Amino acid sequence: MLIINNLKASIGGKSILKGISLNVKPGEIHAIMGPNGSGKSTLAAVLAGREFVEITEGTVTYLGKNLLEMAPEDRAKEGIFLGFQYPIEIPGVSMVNFMKTAVNEHRKHKGLDPLSASDFLKLMRDKKELVEIDSKLANRSVNEGFSGGEKKKNEIFQMAMLEPKLAILDETDSGLDIDALRIVANGVNKLKRPDNSFIVITHYQRLLDYIVPDVVHVLYDGRIVKTAGKELALELEEKGYDWIKKEIENNVVS
Amino acid sequence: MNGKSEITEKYLGLYKDNIDKISSISSPFINTFRASSFEKFSELGIPSRKNEAYKYTNLDIFFNHDYENYFMPVPSDFIKAEKFRCEVTDLDTHGVVLLNGFYPTLNEKLRQLPGGVWIGSLNEAAIKFPDKFEQHFGKYAKSETDGLIHLNTAMASDGVFIYIPEGVTLTKPVQVVNLVQSDDDMFNQHRNLIIAEKNSNFSIIICDHTLSPQKFLTNAVTEVFVGENAHFDIIRVQNEHNNACKITNTFIHQEKNSVTSSNNITLHGGLIRNSTYHHLGGEGAESYSYGLFLADKWQHIDNFVNVDHAFPHCTSNQLFKGVLDDMSTGAFNGRIFVRPDAQGTLAYQRNNNILLTDDAKMDTKPQLEIYADDVKCSHGATIGQLNDDALFYLQSRGINKHEARLMLMFGFAHEVIQNIKIEPLRERMDNLVMQRLKGELSRCASCMVKCG
Repeated sequence: MLIINNLKASIGGKSILKGISLNVKPGEIHAIMGPNGSGKSTLAAVLAGREFVEITEGTVTYLGKNLLEMAPEDRAKEGIFLGFQYPIEIPGVSMVNFMKTAVNEHRKHKGLDPLSASDFLKLMRDKKELVEIDSKLANRSVNEGFSGGEKKKNEIFQMAMLEPKLAILDETDSGLDIDALRIVANGVNKLKRPDNSFIVITHYQRLLDYIVPDVVHVLYDGRIVKTAGKELALELEEKGYDWIKKEIENNVVS
Repeated sequence: MNGKSEITEKYLGLYKDNIDKISSISSPFINTFRASSFEKFSELGIPSRKNEAYKYTNLDIFFNHDYENYFMPVPSDFIKAEKFRCEVTDLDTHGVVLLNGFYPTLNEKLRQLPGGVWIGSLNEAAIKFPDKFEQHFGKYAKSETDGLIHLNTAMASDGVFIYIPEGVTLTKPVQVVNLVQSDDDMFNQHRNLIIAEKNSNFSIIICDHTLSPQKFLTNAVTEVFVGENAHFDIIRVQNEHNNACKITNTFIHQEKNSVTSSNNITLHGGLIRNSTYHHLGGEGAESYSYGLFLADKWQHIDNFVNVDHAFPHCTSNQLFKGVLDDMSTGAFNGRIFVRPDAQGTLAYQRNNNILLTDDAKMDTKPQLEIYADDVKCSHGATIGQLNDDALFYLQSRGINKHEARLMLMFGFAHEVIQNIKIEPLRERMDNLVMQRLKGELSRCASCMVKCG
């Protein structure tokens, strides 16, 4: 589904990603872990199409297409979803209007007619139930005045509405209490199907108690330095990141 | 002061040429104000940019012009005005149409509504209700610096009068449609007086339209008295052509525990200056002052707000926004004045502006003068472009960049519009703003003027 090959990227001339390769197949959940400043969020930004990141080398192929050439909105319509680490507040734009526009853009892309007002509201209702979000949130402006947890739940709600093929969740767990964490994780688990994939970016192992990854990668200093099964997450939780740092330094020496 | 500006001289001359005619059609009480106001005007003159309150607004382009005549109506002028119908059909209001600032002479000049409410001609009210009139007229519109207030008092002879007696709630809003129409370039002035007594509750919508393409200059003054515990909302919708200049000066005096809001929505106009003066003249009064403008081409829109916290425990809140396209310019000046005794004051102010081009320009000036200790005050002003993060957020959900920009601009504007409590009007404003942002015609269909 997604093939990243030797991706290098910089922000403002500073090299952040230093050659990342990754292969995500349909139905897989990949966890990307790593200490602060390792490049996790930059990777998410590149995949979603943020312009401030400059790609210096490498390729990203998504469903056989060159992802890096696509505008952010086209990536979304082709099935990529980014769950933001810091969802943006947009005063004056209602959640209903926002989601209606987004859903209908997706439908147009698929050659479908826009949803009728009643069908759309029914869809909203169903998805709100699925992700257990307060139905009042939908009547407010996008993220305006939402608590940290509400913002993250709102990301999962949007993901449920748009039914992406590849969802990238950028530290969706940060700042969540245990109940919110459970709701977010349940949302992901309910939306998981054999034909869609997730990249879960997280600093802590905690989220992975609820979302069981197929593959765990450790990102350090712009490179994936370790890839293993879900047991790697537990090891990291236990020992921290230092042993990996040491391992790398030793490798460099030897 | 010698050496009055050439521009001021024009209006001194206009006064001298017309004062006999003006006085002959005006009530004696209104005439008693004219000589002293003229004197004050001749001392202050037409505001130049040396006047701090007009630092960012150059009035010369409209004031330095020979207007053929000072407008005086004849009955046939009103026939066209009578035909005007507001396009917002589901807006159920008590309607009043003013033509060039005059109340139509065709029918009765004052009409009574349920509950003892009166609406009609200002000049007629001065004669019919001398007690109420004399208690309030000329009491609130005061300025030691702005000559235009005095020019209005010296020369205006008509406008709208509204009286809401104690305890009365008017469920339907009053809608005043100001039409400007003439065969020649025209300077006109009108004067409104609104008296909302104790425990009353009502709202007024003022719509400013131009019906012919001539060059127009309007200088209007509105005085509002809001009695104890009364609720009053004023919404002004401005949709005029690019060759029109509108100056509005609204003075709202509030008594104890009263609540008022003012909302100036400027969709279109060559040069617009809205001055809103909120006088919190009793404990526990609350005032909300909102404004939104969309400017393009060479338009210039200026909002000037003065909130006077004269008593303790009052609350005020200002929210003004502007979207500027092409080479348009705008100004905001928000003054919060907290007097020494006004303890427990809460006063907030926010001014946000979006510049869509490099040539558009906005000047914003918060002016906080606080002489009491126990005060909570805040202000914030921004001038910038659309938020890139917000734009990306919308795009990342599949909304194309063009649509996402529109949504953000609409959301930006809607934050002001959502404060309009009259639903059909709020929806109409949302629609007009959206059409305007999309570059479609946003002007009311009744307008024959193509601004191009």
